[in-house]
Amino acid sequence: MCGIIGVIDRKRELMDGSSIKRALSKMDERGSGEGAGYVAYGVFPEFKNYYAIHVFFDNIHESKAAVDHLLSEWGIVVHDEEIPTSDHAKIRKIHTPWRYFFKPDATLMPRSTAPEEDIVAHIVMKVNTTMAGVLVFSSGKNIGVFKASGWPEDVAEFYKIHEYKGYIWLGHNRYPTNTPGWWGGAHPFNLLNWSVVHNGEITSYGTNRRYIESYGYHCTMFTDTEVVAYLVDLLVRKHGLSAEMAVKALAPPFWDEIDRMPEKARLLHTAIRLAYGPALMNGPFAIVVANEDSIVGFTDRIKLRPLVSGEYGNRLYISSEEAAIRTMEPDVENIMMPRAGSPIIGRLVV
Amino acid sequence: MSIGTVPMKFKVSVDSEQCMACARCVENCSYGVFRMEDGVVRVSSRHCVACHRCLAMCPRDAISIESRPIDYRDHPLWTTGVKEAIFNQARTGKIIVGAMGNALPYPVIFDRLVLDACQVTNPSIDPLREPMELRTYIGKKPSHLDLRTKENGDVELMSTLVPNLKLETPIMIGHMSYGAISLNAQTSLAKAVSQIGTFMGTGEGGLHESLYPYQDNMIVQVASGRFGVNIDYLERGAAIEIKIGQGAKPGIGGHLPGEKVNKEVSVTRMIPEGSDAISPAPHHDIYSIEDLKQLVRSLKEATEWKKPVFVKIAAVHNSAAIAAGIARSSADAIVIDGFRGGTGAAPRVFRDHVGIPVEAAIASVDAKLRQQGIRNEVSVIASGGIRESADVAKIIALGADAVYIGTAALIALGCRVCGTCNRGVCAWGIATQRPDLVKRLDPEIGSNQVVNLIHGWTDELAELMGAAGINSIESLRGNRDRLRSYMLDEALMTVLDVKSVGA
Repeated sequence: MCGIIGVIDRKRELMDGSSIKRALSKMDERGSGEGAGYVAYGVFPEFKNYYAIHVFFDNIHESKAAVDHLLSEWGIVVHDEEIPTSDHAKIRKIHTPWRYFFKPDATLMPRSTAPEEDIVAHIVMKVNTTMAGVLVFSSGKNIGVFKASGWPEDVAEFYKIHEYKGYIWLGHNRYPTNTPGWWGGAHPFNLLNWSVVHNGEITSYGTNRRYIESYGYHCTMFTDTEVVAYLVDLLVRKHGLSAEMAVKALAPPFWDEIDRMPEKARLLHTAIRLAYGPALMNGPFAIVVANEDSIVGFTDRIKLRPLVSGEYGNRLYISSEEAAIRTMEPDVENIMMPRAGSPIIGRLVV
Repeated sequence: MSIGTVPMKFKVSVDSEQCMACARCVENCSYGVFRMEDGVVRVSSRHCVACHRCLAMCPRDAISIESRPIDYRDHPLWTTGVKEAIFNQARTGKIIVGAMGNALPYPVIFDRLVLDACQVTNPSIDPLREPMELRTYIGKKPSHLDLRTKENGDVELMSTLVPNLKLETPIMIGHMSYGAISLNAQTSLAKAVSQIGTFMGTGEGGLHESLYPYQDNMIVQVASGRFGVNIDYLERGAAIEIKIGQGAKPGIGGHLPGEKVNKEVSVTRMIPEGSDAISPAPHHDIYSIEDLKQLVRSLKEATEWKKPVFVKIAAVHNSAAIAAGIARSSADAIVIDGFRGGTGAAPRVFRDHVGIPVEAAIASVDAKLRQQGIRNEVSVIASGGIRESADVAKIIALGADAVYIGTAALIALGCRVCGTCNRGVCAWGIATQRPDLVKRLDPEIGSNQVVNLIHGWTDELAELMGAAGINSIESLRGNRDRLRSYMLDEALMTVLDVKSVGA
């Protein structure tokens, strides 16, 4: 099952983490207490120009020196610290969460058109594929992921997320079937500024994974969700597609529908399906993807998972359940259920 | 006479209680098994090839055929086939020619792979009630798109698409030439593919003018003999295929016995009547990969870049690297023909011993193209030993875009896989040019049977995909996570990139 929720304040007004915690807890029916997580954008204003590399260490003494060394080879760490947590009766602290604020040295990747991002993506893939007992789980600028094994309210209290203020928040209440209990398996999944929360199962994972891996990404988290973050990164960041067009590639219209479109649209959608067929995601899912200036919610092509959106003032909410949105904002308006494959998009307008 | 008579392959008997001496068997058997003597049917069993034409035509079920009634002494090494080949060559000193596919009992990889289905965590999709997409485009695809958003919000496509073949099912019919098979057989297949919205190959035999109405669904072939090739032929095809090799006989050219080259075949193929049509082993203008590129581009240039060009190779040890080279030659699709592929005539030693199975070849070709980041830019077509819809699903999951079927389509026309196509007296009117035999195959009825077969497979494929929670064929392609190996060895599992059952 899993429950998901996302919110964006289009005027970049900050919200602390207390209300999303309540909203996510409202969907405990959809979880099993074995994984929950949050991501917030805008939470490190004093380090906003640095990549916030978040790492789970199984054992600090064993592996931290290697990560320190790798980062120093590619740039400068201006600050690093253990991520503050509270002693919590219900969370077993099996990893030590750590965060580095990192500035890559762009001259080290001279052939790249986006050297800083490519360096950070390279570090994430390298750590996650070659270093045992270390997992980078968040790597964007001014972004923090907070996730662990437990119920959403316990995870929120463990990380004290009410102390963080962000203009975008996503949350995920997990009912795991793969990798229960592993913190790395909890959502959100993040790469650079992309974060994903996902309810469902991607039956095309084998195709999507092999496609994305042929572009240098490595799926390391034993779950189908991370592939979404990489697909969005490829389509939007590397190929320059808009969010709308990326969703049309990931959950495209059926051929029957394309055949009935006017010629220009028909050509466009045919081209998208031909070029991005291996990126098409099949199986039941509802997903919310965020980057630093927008959130996008969409479902699979036949909407086998629920997704509902609502608005209030400058805020756009997307969730599995209307009740969760109403917990965050009792006066929410424009409650809407998007059609299969149609994205709900919220953008900053500042 | 030092070798003497060898045991009969088949023993034919006629139940005299049942037989009403109608002589249909005498009339139907083109191998000379039956004759009438004094109002009684007599048999010469030694001529029988078990094509079953007599059984199918006998109104009384009076005929029975027994396989190897007297066989040689059992031996695991000196098998019947081995001994008979030796007798044969001791008598003739020649290369032995056979037909149809590989006749040795190698394990079938398809039968050691099982498919997946959804339970609980995701719903299976019911193709009777939900859309299910099998439409497949064969041809070059862009690696990425250039899209511009205009001020009014409209998105404009700046990239141009090159011509692709649009298939309503990922099942095509492979190249079987006019000459190897009869015109009625080709017409049956041509009518069928036109009706279904898929394609068939002409083989290296030209395009008979009676098939022009179906040319939009036909892929014309350019092979090493260049038989039947001229600009008119190239322009008529929906696509052009360069045949480098064939799974049934990798490394050698095609072989059409002169007995099958009658007037019509000779005109269509542009060769003298009655002459053996033996294509050279290599194309004499392709001695390396860059020469292939020139031929691909010449054919495109000749047809004004309007037609996709396919390149077919036999599945051999190094197919993956070869395919990667082909992918860079401007070719739109690569056909990989496995060692079980059928043929009208091939040296037995090639048919049985050269090449590799299509399952392993497709898996390694798909993986190699992905490693090089060019998999989606070119289509991969699997052929050679595709027997049923499950094989189609499995080979697509291993990485193919579509399949060619050959033998299966002929079986739908009545073929019993007796393996004597090279003799040119096919009693079913398929692999023969003898007018009295050819007319036994009615293209109306034949095409209907082929349509039925492909419909049946397509529906089964849709059901298999739905059960796996997949509603679009591109999500099955290369999705090896939905396959499991059942008792394949670890090395092969690595090649196929599949896990074991239970894992």
